Amino acid sequence: MISLSASETEPTEVPVTDVAPVTDSAPEAPVAEAPAEPDAARTPTVDPDTPPVVSVQDLAITYRTTFEKVPTIKSAIVRFGRGERAVREVHALQGISFDVAEGTSLGIIGANGAGKSTLMRALAGVLPPTSGRIEVRGEISSLLSLGVGFNGALSGRENVMLGGLAQGLTRAQVAERADEIAEFAELGDFMDLPLRTYSAGMAGRLAFAVSVHMEPDILLIDEALSAGDAKFKNKAAAKMDELMSSARAMFIVSHSLASIRELCNEAIWIHEGRLMLRGTPQECGDAYMRFLEVGETAFTLEDL
Amino acid sequence: MPTQDVARRRDPELRVYEPHRAGLPKFGPYFRDLRHRLPFAAEFSRSGIRAAHTQTVFGQLWLVLNPLLMALVYYLLVSIINPSGGGIERLAHIVCGLFVFQLVSGGLQQGSTSVTGGGRLIMNMAFPRLLMPLAAIRTAFFRFLPTVPVFLVIKLFTDEPWGLEMLLGAVFVLLITVFSYGLAAIMATLQVYFRDTSSFLPFFTRIWLYLSPVLWTIDDLGGHGQRFAHLMLVGNPLFSLIGGWTELALLSEVPEPKVWLAATAWTVVAAVAGSLVFMSRERDFAVRL
Repeated sequence: MISLSASETEPTEVPVTDVAPVTDSAPEAPVAEAPAEPDAARTPTVDPDTPPVVSVQDLAITYRTTFEKVPTIKSAIVRFGRGERAVREVHALQGISFDVAEGTSLGIIGANGAGKSTLMRALAGVLPPTSGRIEVRGEISSLLSLGVGFNGALSGRENVMLGGLAQGLTRAQVAERADEIAEFAELGDFMDLPLRTYSAGMAGRLAFAVSVHMEPDILLIDEALSAGDAKFKNKAAAKMDELMSSARAMFIVSHSLASIRELCNEAIWIHEGRLMLRGTPQECGDAYMRFLEVGETAFTLEDL
Repeated sequence: MPTQDVARRRDPELRVYEPHRAGLPKFGPYFRDLRHRLPFAAEFSRSGIRAAHTQTVFGQLWLVLNPLLMALVYYLLVSIINPSGGGIERLAHIVCGLFVFQLVSGGLQQGSTSVTGGGRLIMNMAFPRLLMPLAAIRTAFFRFLPTVPVFLVIKLFTDEPWGLEMLLGAVFVLLITVFSYGLAAIMATLQVYFRDTSSFLPFFTRIWLYLSPVLWTIDDLGGHGQRFAHLMLVGNPLFSLIGGWTELALLSEVPEPKVWLAATAWTVVAAVAGSLVFMSRERDFAVRL
């Protein structure tokens, strides 16, 4: 499965297209071809008029930290006297642009600290861009971190409600799924015991079960998928497939190139906050591996 | 906001994320989102209350025990300083004001750390951050509720009159809660930029307690009372808020119009200012945590 831009074999940084001026032309276009399309087929709808589901335009994110190596009053006074401020800037992302069409499952690969999680958080609307812009059409469900909002003193059942509401579901929706979640997590009687009595794996299973029992529109997954033992992993993988088939677009961050190849039909490779390559998972994976072997010095953007 | 029907998938809402450090979000979508997420704030606060005393012997009884012991301590303090001013009347007055003051100080303390303490939630979920101070205030309010019967029981032993006017006290409780919300939002914002805020706060609220008519009454002040009261009415929000509540709940007297006016004005100012300050800064929070 390949989408619009990946058909040219040349790796492309997809240019910012002004097809859909951001304002309000967007909702009209997709309505026309609505009913006919089967739900599960994630083949790209090659309709040039359809605006991309997610459009990232020249995105840059810079963190400013005021961390000091020597946090003493003396150094603070000296600095104040010189009129300086101890601000260090970290350029987490620079000049990232890409569009993602409907039906795309985009893998994001890169070394630690490359900016993958920052990109995900920006897509989720958690981190505001320092410059550039992000357009998202649809409701984002994020699996950035498991067990967000859980409270160790409460029972598993109560945490299901809490976690579900944290994910943005309504009370009725969570209640509807509570049994299903409990069954999926396979915790048995532990569901009514406080979370702090769980083993790490059990807590992880419950968190995973809550996270995947939602109705994703655009799904963000950040390496959060290694919960539980081998048996549970299989089950989790099956559930992921199901989730993906109901999502309009997906973003997966993973260090496992194999799972990227398996789950994604497109990929991008980020290194030190820059978009290095966009292409098929195979291309990106190969380039990334080659990069790791050759090492940083001998490998620059021009080599691509 | 439909979240689950299939129709949604063909008519997706466009969201645009652009650079912004300060500045207010669009009110329409913001408050729609806020309302949609309110159940989470409620559940978050409820679970916090439920979890707080799970490992203790007295459990939820602490919700009543804690303010009661606090009132006892202050009662001892006041009756030692002023031996003639003891008695059950004094205790009822202290309890009446102190419980509601705890609503303010508890809300402030919890609210100030609500954003910085909610790190994982804030880093991983996009939701209107105003939910965090709102949840904190809800917690403070539900900690306050069980103290009302305690106060009423103590009042039973006094000669203070009972009347329908007491029901009007609910208005003041509401005003006090909204007022605390406004301040909590400001404190939460401050705390993000200046992490020492929550450490200063207990001392600040302690001084505020002494400045408010909780441990003393206007009558205690003698000749200067009226001038001082006038000053306080303008300068100290809790003077009118707690004073009004005490008059209604304890003395069954309807406060003067100027008390109502001052209390309402302070509440509106605090709530509006707090919300605006918080909202204009909240998109910066994730970067600062």
